[in-house]
Amino acid sequence: MTLPTADFTYIADMVRKESAIVLTPAKDYLVQARLLPVAQQHGLSGVPQLVSELRTRNDPQLRQQVVEALTTNETSWFRDNDPYRLLGSTVLPEVAAAARAANRPVRIWSAACSTGQEPYSIAIVLRENLPPGVRYELVASDLSAEMVARAQAGRFSQLEMNRGLPASLLVRYFDREGAHWRVGPDLRRDLSFNRINLAAPLPALGTFDIVFIRNVLIYFDVDTKRGVLDRVRRLLRPGGWLFLGAAETTMGVTSEFVRAQDAKTSAYRLRVADPAPAGAAGVR
Amino acid sequence: MLAMVIDDSRAMRLILRRIASGLGFDVQEAGNGKEAMEYLDSTDQVPELALVDWNMPEMNGLEFVTAVRADAKFRNMTLMMVTTESEHSQIVRALAAGAHEYVIKPFTPEAITEKLALLGLVQDGANV
Repeated sequence: MTLPTADFTYIADMVRKESAIVLTPAKDYLVQARLLPVAQQHGLSGVPQLVSELRTRNDPQLRQQVVEALTTNETSWFRDNDPYRLLGSTVLPEVAAAARAANRPVRIWSAACSTGQEPYSIAIVLRENLPPGVRYELVASDLSAEMVARAQAGRFSQLEMNRGLPASLLVRYFDREGAHWRVGPDLRRDLSFNRINLAAPLPALGTFDIVFIRNVLIYFDVDTKRGVLDRVRRLLRPGGWLFLGAAETTMGVTSEFVRAQDAKTSAYRLRVADPAPAGAAGVR
Repeated sequence: MLAMVIDDSRAMRLILRRIASGLGFDVQEAGNGKEAMEYLDSTDQVPELALVDWNMPEMNGLEFVTAVRADAKFRNMTLMMVTTESEHSQIVRALAAGAHEYVIKPFTPEAITEKLALLGLVQDGANV
């Protein structure tokens, strides 16, 4: 079931023009897998018929749907799963107990929130796991004003909603709005959005128990990484938690953090003033 | 591990077959719920997974899920709806009937993989 070359070229050219993403012929299967459902949604029997429709009808909405189907990026709900499992099972019980004892909210920063899946995923974990009576404040930020606006709008396409969000949580926390889904009021409560450049001095944000800064450091050189982690460190409580991307580490950048003893996820704790002996730090 | 792909569209079955095969499943196809039940009645092997369309002739996906959930023999079978039906109330109905997960068409191959990872049927980060 190979797509005719002319059809594949037409699609690849269209996607390249509109998104700068290059589809090589090896992606033929991906193009078919992603576009057949689009074709069927429009009552067409297959991808060649969809291409024919695109050629003959100048339908911007259909073009956009096709491009979106082929360029959906890597952002997903509960990305990598393990950080969120660790957050719910180990981190929140400890942090919530400390917050309750001090009569203050649990404070979390999602420092590179992109289109919003990360902070809303964190908000779901908080809603599902925080003991009654413990409040939280969630701050979400991104370098891009457009990303902040999208995240704040909390409106997601069907393709985005399919990515890693359990159906039971979809129906509990989101409302249908036309062809999209909108974040419901429970997740918006106690969540604020800001435009923040991590590579520059930070605005006054207060002190955090937990910072998510995932899949950001990979784009920076070592000096910039060190600067970012130093600024983040100053906002974390002693023993506070830092969640990095699955392929990221503080090793070779700073010795201020100790890796948590959960090998599955890149979670770190800020060292307390007197460094713990090797092996004693991590998940307690 | 065995996965059933139950959809009246041959092309969609082929796509889901490729995704499931890529994740290490043997795949058995059925064109509707009735065909799927007939297959299940004909074998002692209980599939670990069924990917189930909603709108199909003879026996639709919701009826199939309800029938499977009523039979203790299939209690370890994971049921995931893969359908164009996208109303909030329909997802609630499918979950109440016993579906474990729900993917709305159109979907990307990664969406299937990620949902199966949530259900513990594939490793996190598995690629199709």
